[in-house]
Amino acid sequence: MIEASLQVTRVEPPRGWAQLRLREVFEYRELAAFLVWRDIKVRYKQTAFGVAWAVIQPVMAMVLFTIVFGRIAQLPSDGVPYPIFTFAALLPWQVFAASLVGSANSLVGSAGLLTKVYFPRLIVPLAASLATLVDFLVSFAVMGVLMAYYHVAPSPAIVALPLFLGLALTTSLGVGLWFAALNVKYRDVQYVLPFTMQLWLFASPVAYSASLIHSPLGRAIYSLNPMAGVIQGFRWALLGGPAPGALIWASVGVAVALLASGLFFFKRMEDTFADVI
Amino acid sequence: MSSDAIRVEALGKRYRLGAARGAFTYGSLRDTLADAASSSLQRLRGGARSAPRAQPTLWALRDVTFSVAPGEVVGIIGRNGAGKSTLLKILSRITKPTEGAVEFLGRLGSLLEVGTGFHPELTGRDNIYLNGAILGMRRDEIRRKFDDIVEFSGVSAFIDTPVKRYSSGMYVRLAFAVAAHLEPEILVVDEVLAVGDAAFQKQCLGKMQEVSRTGRTILFVSHNMQAVTRLCPRALLLSDGHVIEDGPSEAVVARYLSSELGTQALREWAPTDPAAPGNEWVRLRTIRVVDEQGATAESIDVRRRVGIEIAFEVRRREEPFVPGIVLVNEQGAPVFSAMDTDPRWREPCDPGRYTSTAWIPGNLLNEGTMVVSVALGTYTSGGKTLRQAVANDAVAFQVVDPGGGGTARGDYAGTWTAPVRPLLQWTVMETTWKN
Repeated sequence: MIEASLQVTRVEPPRGWAQLRLREVFEYRELAAFLVWRDIKVRYKQTAFGVAWAVIQPVMAMVLFTIVFGRIAQLPSDGVPYPIFTFAALLPWQVFAASLVGSANSLVGSAGLLTKVYFPRLIVPLAASLATLVDFLVSFAVMGVLMAYYHVAPSPAIVALPLFLGLALTTSLGVGLWFAALNVKYRDVQYVLPFTMQLWLFASPVAYSASLIHSPLGRAIYSLNPMAGVIQGFRWALLGGPAPGALIWASVGVAVALLASGLFFFKRMEDTFADVI
Repeated sequence: MSSDAIRVEALGKRYRLGAARGAFTYGSLRDTLADAASSSLQRLRGGARSAPRAQPTLWALRDVTFSVAPGEVVGIIGRNGAGKSTLLKILSRITKPTEGAVEFLGRLGSLLEVGTGFHPELTGRDNIYLNGAILGMRRDEIRRKFDDIVEFSGVSAFIDTPVKRYSSGMYVRLAFAVAAHLEPEILVVDEVLAVGDAAFQKQCLGKMQEVSRTGRTILFVSHNMQAVTRLCPRALLLSDGHVIEDGPSEAVVARYLSSELGTQALREWAPTDPAAPGNEWVRLRTIRVVDEQGATAESIDVRRRVGIEIAFEVRRREEPFVPGIVLVNEQGAPVFSAMDTDPRWREPCDPGRYTSTAWIPGNLLNEGTMVVSVALGTYTSGGKTLRQAVANDAVAFQVVDPGGGGTARGDYAGTWTAPVRPLLQWTVMETTWKN
């Protein structure tokens, strides 16, 4: 028997600006958890090195940067050994890049789900983004080993690290949502994406120190890249370098704006996903 | 809202052709940018703003209104493209309607495909949890039902094996087992029964019957008329996006089987129509699909014979020619071609009207849409064909299996591939070993 307490659901044509309905996303948190779990479980299932890839990738990048930028180009590294100087930046960079690319491609990769089952579509890029945190934890352990090897003690500011990680994820999800929604309609995104990531890498102080930028105007413009703030924050929290100044708020502002606009754009496009994908 | 479980009000869904169908389902950013650039360029030049490119649209569903009482089991029938799947997709909230609204009471679970979200690399156990979560079950709910699901699926020995190593039968069993343990107030099922072997089909139908007895509301889309009449007291018939019949399922199924839905079974050319296929000495006039009584028939019982009637006009006595037909199925696969072997066609015809009918025996064609092309051809001694009059894809008809036996289907309710499905005579010989 149908009880009077049953919830009434009304399906209507989309009208005007979409509501975010984040509450519904929260109600589907178990599905998000399952998708994260699936992504992690599947990722290393058929690879010969398994989870070792989470170590190999950042370590190889570190070795490359150390040789090219540390040795050959002799870039300054704020007084810390160049390998850990760059690894402290690669930590947030890799989680940022993986989360952005993962969420951007997530909808197209889940076309089968989108056309057959209902759930808040935000779950898909969100799960793709969160699944990259496992790799982050693994590389974080590598960072610990490197710091012990170079006798670098973490600064007390390490407690602030999760905030900077959050800033990186906010930025990546914001941009990822834009790309994910566009990707459904325009597969060009798949060509734009690697190129964007490459440019963004060099626009962020991964291989070099942000202190190389001297002019106040240059620094202000630079802080509009949230990853510049994130990486400075990581270096400060882990290696005790210069603390990020007030300009970090510009990074935070940009990241929040990216996420908010990404959410609205995504919700706006959401209704057409199943028809277009 | 009254006590209806589902209420559909003036529902409509418009698709932009080319955006939703066809090979290119998604656009290219470059095209959009190029369009934007050229139109703003035109504006700069002061020229008239070009009209937006008219995009052909299609109403997959229009003015659909009905309601379903709690506990009712309703079948939805109609041929391919009638709007059944679109209706289910809107109810399942996968896509939004263009107009109108749907209201439903309680949890709505949809089974538009079994095994949605199954991952081949994961084990059966993992996939039960994943698929259950995707279908809207909570983790503790899945845990509670886990043993029942495994038992129902009959694949317990392989539950820790990745499903990519499963046979397709095992895969479907496991997937249906998860779906069958959903407990929403409303269940929407689309042709799920079209998979699996006969025993499994029976199990599925049994489960559906069991579910319907628990007072749940079920919407069931199927091409299997037997399953619809057996499971559903009531049925809706959709055609071209409209509900054209709503009532007791026997009556609706009968109407469906006898109607000329969007008559494709008849092709006519006026005597003066210059577009009528042919030349100056022979022209096609009408092509019809007819049943045994000679009436134009859009759908044909698979057990009955069907005629392709070709009427043409000969204006001049010229060369001999032969009427012929070619059948392809809805996937475009050739079914057969045939020509009239009557000796009269060896001689040129006298002027006049002729009607030649090709009778295709019952229990030969498979279910589905058959598209017929017609030609009047002259065969030369060199083995070449001169086609005097050709009507490609002239008429079409549906072959349907109303259930009730007497067909090659037997008890099997699943999909049947290949264009033909002849009812064969089987003999068996048993040899007993004696020592």
